[in-house]
Amino acid sequence: MKWLSDDKLDHLRTVVTNPDFSSTKYTFIKELGRGGMGAVYLAEDRELNRLVAIKVLNTPEISEDMRNRMVREAQIIAGLEHPGIVPVHDVGTLPDGRVFYAMKFVRGSRLDEYAAVNDSIRDRLRKFQAVCDAVAFAHAHGVIHRDLKPQNIMIGSFGEVLVLDWGVAKILKKPYTNHTNQSVQSVNGFNTSAGTIIGTRDYMSPEQARGEIDQLDERADVYSLGAVLHFLLKDQPKPGKAAEAICLKARADAKDDRYSSASELSADIGRLLDAEPVSAYRENAFEKAGRWVSKNRFLVLLVLAYLLMRIFFVFTSRP
Amino acid sequence: MLNPEKSCRSCPIMDPDTDIGGPLHKFPATNHSAIAGARSDDQLTRRRAFDTILTSYWKPAYKYIRLKWQANNEDAKDLTQGFFANAFEKNHFAAYDASKASFQTFLRTCLDGFVANERKAGRRLKRGGDMDHYQLDFATAETELVASDLSPEDYFHREWVRWMFTIAVDALRERCEESGRTVHFQLFERYDLRDDANVSYASLANEFGLEPATVNNYLAAVRRDFRRVVLEKLREITATDEEFRTEARSLLGVEVK
Repeated sequence: MKWLSDDKLDHLRTVVTNPDFSSTKYTFIKELGRGGMGAVYLAEDRELNRLVAIKVLNTPEISEDMRNRMVREAQIIAGLEHPGIVPVHDVGTLPDGRVFYAMKFVRGSRLDEYAAVNDSIRDRLRKFQAVCDAVAFAHAHGVIHRDLKPQNIMIGSFGEVLVLDWGVAKILKKPYTNHTNQSVQSVNGFNTSAGTIIGTRDYMSPEQARGEIDQLDERADVYSLGAVLHFLLKDQPKPGKAAEAICLKARADAKDDRYSSASELSADIGRLLDAEPVSAYRENAFEKAGRWVSKNRFLVLLVLAYLLMRIFFVFTSRP
Repeated sequence: MLNPEKSCRSCPIMDPDTDIGGPLHKFPATNHSAIAGARSDDQLTRRRAFDTILTSYWKPAYKYIRLKWQANNEDAKDLTQGFFANAFEKNHFAAYDASKASFQTFLRTCLDGFVANERKAGRRLKRGGDMDHYQLDFATAETELVASDLSPEDYFHREWVRWMFTIAVDALRERCEESGRTVHFQLFERYDLRDDANVSYASLANEFGLEPATVNNYLAAVRRDFRRVVLEKLREITATDEEFRTEARSLLGVEVK
């Protein structure tokens, strides 16, 4: 029985823990991060000579249910072809039975990291709007994310926005925006039973926190988007009443009081960025005037300059 | 070196199956938890469960006593022997409640209580006398002691991880020999337990007369087996699925969320 030094011990832990890609076209490089269900690794696709991110189940024992869940996650993402949703390239099984899927390796930073070094409210709102658009696209395809939070949103090196981690996403049989009768059904044999709480507490809608799985629809994601918006606004000294109202409406406790879709929320953010009235806030006359002045600042300055010149000429031309 | 033979002076007539690891020095071929076995009404099942726990924890316990309690090697040997003998005699491990802490934490807490009581009572346990006496390789454990910056609790955990991997390597060797896959284990030993950093797949292929791809495949297979052995050993000494998963993450170096 040979004593194992710290170095050997660490090496053994690594070889036991790291996925064995020997039967695949990928070469392991390093671990990128871990979530509740899986770990994500950086690997090289030897055939296409490019880097990919590979998600692998990290549980010591794999149930059929978990296997189905991973395959389902890959299928959901693969079905959502949108610039704001990370594309899946491949899905397969490792020699030890663990399911993996390979996706685009996104170079950049998470939204929370990005916000820590970018305090421009307009820039943050633009990024947020891009997130809403990606989520709206998923909703249009009957998919709700159920775990939207800054840690699941990546900002790429060129400013592109990507929504990640669709591991607890759900497919809606009858999306709320298309049918008044809301009904939720999972696919591929995987089902989340009522009472199960899925998501992240700070970003979770009240109905999701209560485990009302059958009651979840797009508006659960709208609530989470509102929480993300709140995260982006909370360190801003004066985010503005309209921005605050949008945030409050998205995060309303009653889902009927929220935006009915991510695209509605996105549209309001767009109006806010264009200094137009937003649906979430009714302005008084002064605020309307203030917004008009703010939007037409150049024109106002021109008029003021013209008036000042006229006054100047009136006074200087007097005998 | 652990000598898995055990003598029990208080009960000299002992079924050989109850020796640590059995007469052939093999561990019980079962995946049932030893923690559950410790609660069994059956004496033989309880003895086997205890042997598994002893095998898994005696060395970290000895080192922990040496480090935390600053015991000299003679006292540490006696305290280790005394702790496990006392635990078995009074069936302490049956009192473990998985909802309160991991078994590892429970055992360490019991160990602290035992040593503190012994110190308080001013006793110095004598090996022999009326208590069980286990043949454990304290001399080797003593040579493995190194100074550590870790807290005593972290040190105990680290030594437990080291010991679990050491046991698993030995079990893997046995399995490979039994299944005629000695080359697999030799490759694992030469590459993953190597002292020489210059060993590569190519050099191993040359040394063993294999294709590099074969070395890759053999190593991947034997690592999978090693992972399986580690988890089996862990399964034996955890009480619940949740504890198993938590300890697996801890053992394999994965942070628990």
